[in-house]
Amino acid sequence: MVGPGWTRRRAPPGAAPTMNCRAEVLEVSVEGRQVEEAMLAVLHTVLLHRSTGKFHYKKEGTYSIGTVGTQDVDCDFIDFAYVRVSSEELDRALRKAVGEFKDALRSSGSDGMGQISLEFYQKKKSRWPFSDECIPWELWTIKVNVVNLANEQERQICREKVGEKLCEKIINIVEVMNRHEYLPKMPTQSEVDNVFDTSLKDVQPYLYKISYQITDSLGTSVTTTMRRLIKDTLAL
Amino acid sequence: MLPYAMDTDLSSQDRKDLDKFIKFFALKTVQVIVQARLGEKICTRSSSSPTGSDWFNLAIKDIPEVTHEAKKALAGQLPAVGRSMCVEISLKTSEGDSMELEIWCLEMNEKCDKEIKVSYTVYNRLSLLLKSLLAITRVTPAYRLSRKQGHEYVILYRIYFGEVQLSGLGEGFQTVRVGTVGTPVGTITLSCAYRINLAFMSTRQFERTPPIMGIIIDHFVDRPYPSSSPMHPCNYRAGEDNGAVYPSVEDSQEVCTTSFSTSPPSQCVFTVTKTHFQTPPPVVTDTLKVPVMGLAFSHQPAALGVGSADMGYPVLFAGGLNAAHPHQLLGPGKEGGVPPVPSQPAHGTQADQERMCTPLDGVHYSAATPSSSEDTETVSNSSEGKSGSPHDLLETIFIRKVGAFVNKPINQVTMANLDIPFAMFAPKNVELEDNDPMVNPPDSPETESPLQGSLHSEGSSGSSTGNTHDDFVMIDFKPAFSKDDILPMDLGTFYREFQNPPQLSSLSIDIGAQSMAEDLDSLPEKLAVHEKNVKEFDAFVETLQ
Repeated sequence: MVGPGWTRRRAPPGAAPTMNCRAEVLEVSVEGRQVEEAMLAVLHTVLLHRSTGKFHYKKEGTYSIGTVGTQDVDCDFIDFAYVRVSSEELDRALRKAVGEFKDALRSSGSDGMGQISLEFYQKKKSRWPFSDECIPWELWTIKVNVVNLANEQERQICREKVGEKLCEKIINIVEVMNRHEYLPKMPTQSEVDNVFDTSLKDVQPYLYKISYQITDSLGTSVTTTMRRLIKDTLAL
Repeated sequence: MLPYAMDTDLSSQDRKDLDKFIKFFALKTVQVIVQARLGEKICTRSSSSPTGSDWFNLAIKDIPEVTHEAKKALAGQLPAVGRSMCVEISLKTSEGDSMELEIWCLEMNEKCDKEIKVSYTVYNRLSLLLKSLLAITRVTPAYRLSRKQGHEYVILYRIYFGEVQLSGLGEGFQTVRVGTVGTPVGTITLSCAYRINLAFMSTRQFERTPPIMGIIIDHFVDRPYPSSSPMHPCNYRAGEDNGAVYPSVEDSQEVCTTSFSTSPPSQCVFTVTKTHFQTPPPVVTDTLKVPVMGLAFSHQPAALGVGSADMGYPVLFAGGLNAAHPHQLLGPGKEGGVPPVPSQPAHGTQADQERMCTPLDGVHYSAATPSSSEDTETVSNSSEGKSGSPHDLLETIFIRKVGAFVNKPINQVTMANLDIPFAMFAPKNVELEDNDPMVNPPDSPETESPLQGSLHSEGSSGSSTGNTHDDFVMIDFKPAFSKDDILPMDLGTFYREFQNPPQLSSLSIDIGAQSMAEDLDSLPEKLAVHEKNVKEFDAFVETLQ
């Protein structure tokens, strides 16, 4: 299996203004059929911490917050279970993104190396004619290395090992969350869409986008990053 | 009230709020931990409209018993320096061994954060910490153990307040920090220390004695709840049989589980247990694990005279056994093979260690354990058991049945001895073709058509069936729907020629044995051919993925 876990480094070059954007990288080695579940486990765990209940603004600028439910998810191909937010919309959005990533990994003909990124950002309104800026404040990158296994016994070992590795990743994620570092300020009603994704009906995650890259065998990223904008911010 | 070093900075409203937050945070922490060890998947719904009763904006159910225990432990106090709230998770096996698995600690230290806003930032950070707790409770080793509880062991919890005691965790325990939240009165820390040395578990499972007749008898206690310990099982079902009263540990709780191994026909595993926690008189109990040996119950059509549903699961009366400490049953045996039977001790019974056994045929059990619903192998049936009246002692009926081929070596069993239908069609040696019913059919049973009966009556031995065949007479064979026997090959001829086909060569044992040897010899060649085509196979597999 690859790597000890996560490393912390500065935000990648080429991103928007990077002050206050912390970046975390996690690495996993998995078998092909485990890619989806492993990615979902990590992404859901991050989003669990980065989602709140729906805001309901009242007069005088106060607001109340809805309730976030949670549910356990068992993995079929990994000896692992995780908790996710009880929101079918959110789950569908993540599954869609992860599904595309998995297909891209498979069809790229590469060694099966790629990475998927979850970026939390804030929108900053600019004056016309400039479009709004997206300022990331947290970036999670999961590097994936797909391995091929020869027989059932190896697969069984892989199930357990990947399960253990994912446990470590969850602990790492929680550790980062616990630092209570920068979080966007709670917005007023007019600003809420610049900070939160208010399109879901039952929960309210911070604005996020998921993108991925596939690496070819030379180690360079060949496929261009495909931006999957869950909340479309550039098409204005 | 918390003793504060400097409490003048905190407004009284803030202080009240903070105390309330910490108190409810402690209660919710306990709920999350215990619910994570119930052995079942938790699911709560998100709600966009705030109900006002969901603390920290999280939907966490409140199990009344757990809240009661937590409040009892806290006794009106809050976590403070030197006074931590601890939730101890331990495992108790069917044999009565117990082992601490984890200690979750909610502690407070002196490091204060005066600047922080209580009603806003502290509240949100406590909410975040609860989410982290939800995530972390699924990644410690005890989670997987708790998901499998029910058969060999149960998970118990205990809440205490005061000094943290980690000595029960064995050597080399690990700790994981869930998180911290600074408050004006101190920093709240939530962490878990968990055991990694689970070695004693595996040795216990192998204390068995050799099998008897290929049938395993094990004795097994399900869910012993000691009456005097403050430990509680992590399997409370809210609102089930307890109504509004928090159940004391003496309350009876019925649990019935059955489990099947899913590898017929070579192995069927039964575990039947029932526990009962009042103080009934001792009852002989049994748990059966019946690995059905492949040899005796294989599905060779000739050998299996009984229907496949009734594989002859014998239920053996546990005569001479007092209700005693059972030994552990399942575990690795599920994969196959024959684990040995444990010795049968004759201790006196404890009131809390009864279990019942009921006959396997036609008996149904309810699965009250959460974990049973998780196993694909678990079959839960409705029962006389499901707890309408937990206080009644169940009658137990023990039936002795001898399974086919038990006590007889296979080679002594001849086809003639078997009382199975169509025994005459069982494979025979080639030399016995004279007796082959296919060649020389026996006197026909009623189900055969009259045509066939008349056709074969000349060849019938008739010896064993006696008088009933006196009524048959020879008549000309006139097959239905055929014309007169003019053409060389017509329906009648066809009937006659093909009425008695010779026995299939593959059914003959000798020939079968020969071809087996040939098969084995040809294996290397076949393997070589397959290896050459490896690429094709790989490409095929690729297309499947």
